[in-house]
Amino acid sequence: MCRLFAITSDNPLSPMKAIEALDVMREGHDGSGVGIFLRDLGGPFENMKDAPILSGVFSEKGLRRLDTFMMEIGFMTKYKLSIKVPKTPPPWVPKRDIYLVRAYEYPEEWDGLSRKELHERLLIIRLQLREMGEEKKDMIVFSFWPDTIMIKEIGSPMDVANYLMLDRPELEARIIMAQGRQNTNYEINLYACHPFFIQGFSTMTNGENTAFIPIREYLISRGFHGYMGYQSDSEVFTHILHYISAKLGLGIEAYKHIITPLQNEDLKDHPNAFFLKQLKHSCRRLIIDGPNCIIGCLPNNTLFMAQDRKKLRPGVVGGKQGVFAFSSEICGLDAALPDRDKSKDFQPMHLDTAIVSPERQEVKICRQTDQLPLPL
Amino acid sequence: MSSNRPITPSTLSVKDLPWQIIWDKDKCTLCGKCTAVCPVNAIELGVFRKRSIETSMGLESTPSNDFKIYYGIRQKTDPAYSCVGCAMCNLVCPNDAIIPAKSDEADKLRYHINQGGQPRRRGGRRGTPDSLLDMIKFIRISMLTDPALDAGRHEFELTTLLGRILSPEENLSFLNENGWIPPVREIYPLMIGGMSFGALSPNMWEGLQLGVSYLNEELSMPVRICTGEGGCPPRLLRSRFLKYVILQIASGYFGWDEIIHDIPDMKEDPCAIEIKYGQGAKPGDGGLLMWYKVNKLIAAIRGVPTGVNLPSPPTHQTQYSIEESVAKMIQSMSMAWGFRVPVYPKISATSTALAVLNNLTRNPYAAGLAIDGEDGGTGAAYNVSMNHMGHPIAGNIRDAYLNLVKTGMQNEIPLIAGGGIGKNGNLAANAAALIMLGASCVQIGKYIMQAAAGCLGSETDRCNICNIGLCPKGITSQDPRLYRRLDVDKVAQRVVDVFLSFDTELKKIVAPLGRSTSLPIGMSDALGINDYNAANRLGIKYVV
Repeated sequence: MCRLFAITSDNPLSPMKAIEALDVMREGHDGSGVGIFLRDLGGPFENMKDAPILSGVFSEKGLRRLDTFMMEIGFMTKYKLSIKVPKTPPPWVPKRDIYLVRAYEYPEEWDGLSRKELHERLLIIRLQLREMGEEKKDMIVFSFWPDTIMIKEIGSPMDVANYLMLDRPELEARIIMAQGRQNTNYEINLYACHPFFIQGFSTMTNGENTAFIPIREYLISRGFHGYMGYQSDSEVFTHILHYISAKLGLGIEAYKHIITPLQNEDLKDHPNAFFLKQLKHSCRRLIIDGPNCIIGCLPNNTLFMAQDRKKLRPGVVGGKQGVFAFSSEICGLDAALPDRDKSKDFQPMHLDTAIVSPERQEVKICRQTDQLPLPL
Repeated sequence: MSSNRPITPSTLSVKDLPWQIIWDKDKCTLCGKCTAVCPVNAIELGVFRKRSIETSMGLESTPSNDFKIYYGIRQKTDPAYSCVGCAMCNLVCPNDAIIPAKSDEADKLRYHINQGGQPRRRGGRRGTPDSLLDMIKFIRISMLTDPALDAGRHEFELTTLLGRILSPEENLSFLNENGWIPPVREIYPLMIGGMSFGALSPNMWEGLQLGVSYLNEELSMPVRICTGEGGCPPRLLRSRFLKYVILQIASGYFGWDEIIHDIPDMKEDPCAIEIKYGQGAKPGDGGLLMWYKVNKLIAAIRGVPTGVNLPSPPTHQTQYSIEESVAKMIQSMSMAWGFRVPVYPKISATSTALAVLNNLTRNPYAAGLAIDGEDGGTGAAYNVSMNHMGHPIAGNIRDAYLNLVKTGMQNEIPLIAGGGIGKNGNLAANAAALIMLGASCVQIGKYIMQAAAGCLGSETDRCNICNIGLCPKGITSQDPRLYRRLDVDKVAQRVVDVFLSFDTELKKIVAPLGRSTSLPIGMSDALGINDYNAANRLGIKYVV
């Protein structure tokens, strides 16, 4: 079972904050990999919030192909973070040529495009790069999105972080999500590493989604090109979130009503009973069957945690005004925010979604039995 | 027969018959119960002459003959009276003196059972005990990475949906715009399929209905039962229990005059309307109620004269194309109940099923598709139809499901699978396998007759005389002397037993797979089979 940690803070923090929290929870992961998602960036990226940032791992050859490809479209490099790594990687970490974090200027022809169109094109480019990389095995692309950096690598989180020297001011961010992997496959594919990302939405999960195959079939059959990959059963959580938000226009409060709808007994007394019954029927193929704890980030920088119906995975949220953290275990929370009021820690149960909005004033607990904010 | 007498081509010996009656003279009390109960008069009182030779030990006395008469049971060899193996003789015998035994080689009767040029007709189902469904195993067991669940104590929500479900996008937009949202029923995934009032005896029908009502009202299990094509007794049509009933209309339209006239008096809408276009046991053939069974009651409910054969045509005669057959009929039936009742067609499994399915996906009133495989049962059909016509259910359901996946409509049109589920007694395993191949729901007929009423029929040709109204258990007979053998309440009790035990077994299957919050429709990664070609064909794992 993997370990998860996420933090949202008024002041930009080093990714090491999350790595340290993962490190105290190391009994729960086997050091087979780490994935980091950074959002609401500080450092040099603070002043280029709209510039799309490409994150990935490239070989020298892949980088040259990337440059040609991007230049042909008209993207100009605006800022790049060079991660120079020591010659010998730590145990289990493969030798890579380049860990890329690069912000781009949009092509001039894209001026005046609607936001929706822009988002579509960014997704298509990411998917094209992924396809190119899979063909020649020379690039792995995690995200291509404004104000977003993702880093993933095989190995123990602390070893990888030290090796990549993540404790650098350029990588400071107000939202950090990190996952320490517990490997359940022999070969580790970086595309199977959490967090997953699509058009501003990102989630990471622990546990196994036993309803994976029918959900994957359903998402693929939506006819949306972004619903692909699925090297991990957990990627569907990100795509379901994207689907209900981007395609159905529903808010995060409805997420759990889709993945773990209320049972009929509870539903009949709900103030939105009719609406939720309809949703339960028409989104039936998106019902997950856990056990999973999901932590995610929305495009508007809202952070959330939700549990599946069985609530068999640990998860806790705590903090204080201005900084809140979500963690698999309380020891992770203690490591990151020792001076919080622990009596206010909350462990979301089978009906709860814990939400921290970008203002970071409080943890809002949304229970499925509560009235849903409609119209959604 | 003397050895020097001519014999006819169809003169058979007891050995040539499929069943031989083994009778024990020592145990027999000559009570006559067996000859009285035999539904086909295969046995009769026999008077046997026996010679015994007395040889003496002495020199003076000579050996002598003694002719004696004894009475016993004689098995008839006329093809018309051949034993069907039902073993009712054994059931009624106070001393266990008699039992039919299956012949140790293929019978010769099969070549003679067409006297007068009439091919064999019978009830039951395909004469093959094999079952591909029985070969499917559930292999994705949750181990440590995701804990298996406790089937006895965990909460489960295993209902399914019957009705046209909108896509999420349409559903939300129709909710906003007050658009028409098709009726959807939440039902139990195991339903009792269409067996008509007429095919079944009144006691059997009432017992099934009673059991279903009990499951709903006392145990909150939303089990549904389909009427089959034979109408519905008016008292049920006007009762609140109608909501547990799926009314079937088929090509003979039997009983629909009564149903249509009763619509204004209905307190509840029926669960759904099933339009039968085909039946798995005899695809391309219409329903058949033979004259033996058309008594006054049946005739009244169906609106026909008594004592005539009631063959439904193979197709709906007023229609000539798929648009007519499917689209207009579905729409008309929907309209009859004010668009409040789901209407779906039932077809035989066939290699052309996808054409029907594709047509339904474009019909917003189509509430599902029931597909009945070659192993389905029937009350009466030609032997050749039953044994050689039709398509297996597993491949057909899988193709249909994957076709829906391709078009993204796997949630919108529920597939109902039927035909051979529980053929060898493995009801829950077969049902779960079909659900994981893509069915939303499964239908049973034969199984419930066997389990709830003690039907004796088998795939190795035991009994199977449902067609002639002589069912020795009173299940498919319209003769009160036979059907009074069946206790209505006891049938209802057995229906409840069957569903409760099925429910436990279904949980014992899904819990180790880690599933509890929804029925695992299409969870094909859980399935494996040790036949490489079958695995490829079904898109499941080949396991050895």
